[in-house]
Amino acid sequence: MTPARFRTPSGGRIDRTKPLGFTFDGRAYSGFEGDSLASALLANGVHLVGRSFKYHRPRGILGVGADEPNALVDIRRDKARTTPNLLATQVELYDGLNAVSQNRHPSLERDRMAVNDRFGRFIPAGFYYKTFMWPRKAWDRFFEPRIRAAAGLGVAPSEPDPDTYSQRHAHCDILIVGGGPAGLAAALEAAASGARVILCDDRPSIGGSLLAAHRVTIAERPAAHWLAETLERLAAMPNVTLLRRTAAFGYYPHNWIGLVQKLTDHLADALPGQPRERLWHVRAKQVVIAAGAIERPLVFPDNDRPGIMLADAARTYLQQYGVAVGSLIVVVAAHDNGYRTAQELKDAGITVVAVADIRRPSPASERARAAGIPVWTEAAIEGTSGKLRVASISITAGGKRETFACDAVLMAGGFTPSVHLFSQSRGKLAWNAPLQAYLPDQSAEAERSAGACRGRFALDEALADGAEAGRAAAEAAGFASQPVSRDLAVTIAHPIGHGGHIGAAPMSIEIKSKAFVDWQNDVTANDILLAAREGFLSIEHVKRYTTTGMATDQGKLSNINALGIVAEATGRSIPEIGLTTFRAPYTPISFGSLAGRARRDLFDPARITAIHEWAAEHGAAFEDVGNWKRAHYFPQAGEDMHAAVARECLAVRERVGLFDASTLGKIEVVGPDAAEFMNRFYVNAWTKLAVGKCRYGVLLREDGFVLDDGVVGRLAPNRFHVTTTTGGAARVLAMMEDYLQTEWRDLDVWLTSTTEQWSVIAVQGPKARAVIEPLIEDLDISAGAFAHMSIADARICGVPMRLMRVSFTGELGFEVNVPSGYGAQVWQAIWESGRDHGVVAYGTETMHVLRAEKGFIIVGQETDGTVTPDDAGLAWAIGKTKPDFVGKRSLARPAMADGDRKQLVGLLTRDPQVVLEEGAQIVASSARKQSMGHVTSSYHSSVLGKSIALALVRGGRERIGEALEVPMPGGPIEVEVVAPIFFDPKGERVNV
Amino acid sequence: MLIIPCPYCGERPELEFSYGGQAHIDRPTLPSELSDEAWNSFLYVRANPKGRHAERWRHIHGCARFFNAIRDTRTDHILATYKVGETAPEVPA
Repeated sequence: MTPARFRTPSGGRIDRTKPLGFTFDGRAYSGFEGDSLASALLANGVHLVGRSFKYHRPRGILGVGADEPNALVDIRRDKARTTPNLLATQVELYDGLNAVSQNRHPSLERDRMAVNDRFGRFIPAGFYYKTFMWPRKAWDRFFEPRIRAAAGLGVAPSEPDPDTYSQRHAHCDILIVGGGPAGLAAALEAAASGARVILCDDRPSIGGSLLAAHRVTIAERPAAHWLAETLERLAAMPNVTLLRRTAAFGYYPHNWIGLVQKLTDHLADALPGQPRERLWHVRAKQVVIAAGAIERPLVFPDNDRPGIMLADAARTYLQQYGVAVGSLIVVVAAHDNGYRTAQELKDAGITVVAVADIRRPSPASERARAAGIPVWTEAAIEGTSGKLRVASISITAGGKRETFACDAVLMAGGFTPSVHLFSQSRGKLAWNAPLQAYLPDQSAEAERSAGACRGRFALDEALADGAEAGRAAAEAAGFASQPVSRDLAVTIAHPIGHGGHIGAAPMSIEIKSKAFVDWQNDVTANDILLAAREGFLSIEHVKRYTTTGMATDQGKLSNINALGIVAEATGRSIPEIGLTTFRAPYTPISFGSLAGRARRDLFDPARITAIHEWAAEHGAAFEDVGNWKRAHYFPQAGEDMHAAVARECLAVRERVGLFDASTLGKIEVVGPDAAEFMNRFYVNAWTKLAVGKCRYGVLLREDGFVLDDGVVGRLAPNRFHVTTTTGGAARVLAMMEDYLQTEWRDLDVWLTSTTEQWSVIAVQGPKARAVIEPLIEDLDISAGAFAHMSIADARICGVPMRLMRVSFTGELGFEVNVPSGYGAQVWQAIWESGRDHGVVAYGTETMHVLRAEKGFIIVGQETDGTVTPDDAGLAWAIGKTKPDFVGKRSLARPAMADGDRKQLVGLLTRDPQVVLEEGAQIVASSARKQSMGHVTSSYHSSVLGKSIALALVRGGRERIGEALEVPMPGGPIEVEVVAPIFFDPKGERVNV
Repeated sequence: MLIIPCPYCGERPELEFSYGGQAHIDRPTLPSELSDEAWNSFLYVRANPKGRHAERWRHIHGCARFFNAIRDTRTDHILATYKVGETAPEVPA
């Protein structure tokens, strides 16, 4: 196979014996093992890889790593394994890789949305806010869909993600983020102390800038040898973990760092079941941040054509990948790295047409000139030409305008230290004027920065700084440091040098064309100047108004230049303007890695009762109540929910029904002070409740509003069986514990949650006694011996039972509690016994209708956190003579006695077949714009043959007999306010 | 995720705990004797300091006990933890 046209004859870290085929937008190319998608495309002369976000301008590869703003691609394996928005600079090449460009219609070369570019002056910063304000409906129907289609990133896959994602918790003494020179030097020192060290690096190979070192020696060895030796040494140490392809994306309190490790994306074929990514939760005693620095672009007109890229990226493509990014190179520089790049390209035989330095002549410019590189200093960059690739660049220097034909322009604007993780750790940055950079200052966590991320850009400085940080971290983590890398003498043919520029590059003319600051969000220098003119002074406001720095790259390249432009426009210094906040994640991470194994049932476990299987076998439709699966209704052949519920309701009223009430919360309150505790906790009086009797309990919050309710039985003087709502069980237990542990430590009381210990079978209806009586031993349940609201322990079907005679239906009723291991068999036995009596199984919907017919409230349906016992018609439950209980003082506040409070009432519709909507508002026909309350429960009652509703209505009890309206889209529905009890108002049926 | 030293169990991850709001707000022994204003501040008025904050935590998925902690709201660092009923220890700023 012939090597690609822009591949150098030798050099680089690619394996030239292993060619790989891949496609980009359907065209076949070849690269080598060790290539990134970006380097392989560049080797084939492909610079055009994307269209810009807003103007759809042609865009090329700008960088070489995580800072890349343009080269976002879709990697497609199959319908489910399609990953959008990956950076071509980070995608490793494998054989058969299929990459597709984004945000172009129909192709990169001919994108019809490119028309946006010509109308650019009509869509400046903030145009969304200014333009699409009227008419309101047009925004939803017209503008937003169009804008979303035009301003696109990739498209999410259409199928669920079939891959697995793994997570791992790890503890270490020292975590080192970044495997460049500083990170490696730190690792050598830290590891020598015996500390447990984790070193992570987001690239496929550890080494950072050393991977692209050219004519550099460390400790008298070529840099590549020193790197190989160092990695070998670290890998052999049992206390060192080296993680490649692992990005530290977030720094959280108490030195908790999130790492995401890519495990299979670089493989042509992953093994079945092999996790695709692993999320590391690392807890480190000490952290060394050695995150390096990112080169800044220069802001000049038309600085975004394909072929215009960062100088150090071009240098890295040459040295690490053996790729020439062009054959006629112009370097525009504000930093000596421009000269280094020009020298190294020239060494490789690539023609450097010119270096245009915006600064004055310097030793670096003189050295380059002496080496035969044409240099222009004090240059103004006027603009570029070229349609799908840069073709020329114009500068003015010494009063003379020059235009150079070229196929690549390399920008060396200086380096911005990567302080992202340090800032996420809540450390404070300080502006360093000589370096023109924000550097880490005061730490908030146990961490230190080393190397280029704190301004130590030169290789010897970075190595020394890293070694020092490694030693210091080891000592801080409690280890004695053992200096191992004292002498890391460095020689370097083309040093990185100094310099840098912030803001727009100097221009001799007013900018007419677009000079980009933020490539990914298409923000230009003029957009930022416009924001400044319109009065946006804070950088946080400029950011939001112009969207600079708000793309997925989070402004890695753009933030500092945006600051510089605002500073110049407003005449203030950069520290005065401040800096926007850095937030996790440093680079985008997948939802899959965050979810890990917590998917489906492992994400949201279902709670099921012992009777669940029986219900499922008998065709129950289930509903979710919290995590519980509850039988909603039991449809028979041909029945819908309405028909099933009507049948179940009639059967309970006429015969008998079984209901699985196991999900009710149950707490056993035990101890010498149990009764006193109950007195203080619930509104009711408990002292006089006889052993063997039950009472309906109401619980308030301290603010006086109803929190929970349930029947409480007294089993012994010092023992209560407390039931709560299904959803409130955990909340009530936690609140009981809170008062016992913190407020009433004088009380001797134990609490035990017994919710899951008991299966609860509610047997309700006129035949209830007849159904269970034959199964019960040791207990007389006749009407005289076991009255309504009794509780007793006995046996049923030969197993222990706690029986309560209670009713949430208004019928004769029992709740049979048995240990949940016996739940299914006792249910079956009662079911069999009930056959002769015409028993039905009923679900939560029938339970809701039956209790509404009786006007029994459901906490959370009739109450909403603003309802007092009196509002809900429960004032009778309050122990009036008790000196105190939770919430009592609040009930004495004036607002609680206001006669205009919403009170529980019943509603009957004029047309008895109309069922109101729950949540509907209620008004008077004389004042239709003022809400008087709302419908809380509404059903068709098959027993009564009409619709019934419960509602909270202002001053409701005084309005009984009044006509009100429920306004609905089809017109108002007339209702009559009635007492909130529709069936058996005297309550005779429970006492049979 | 915070590491919280439970006074009974030692250092455990935040996942094992539930938060309980500001500490040292004692429920009055006889609320009925309080004015509406005094009851209102018991119910609703809470400190929102930038810096040291004494607050309640419960090791709900551990020993299940309530305890108090002093947390610096600027850094989320836990400066001290202590048992219910103990006075807040002095901690350096």
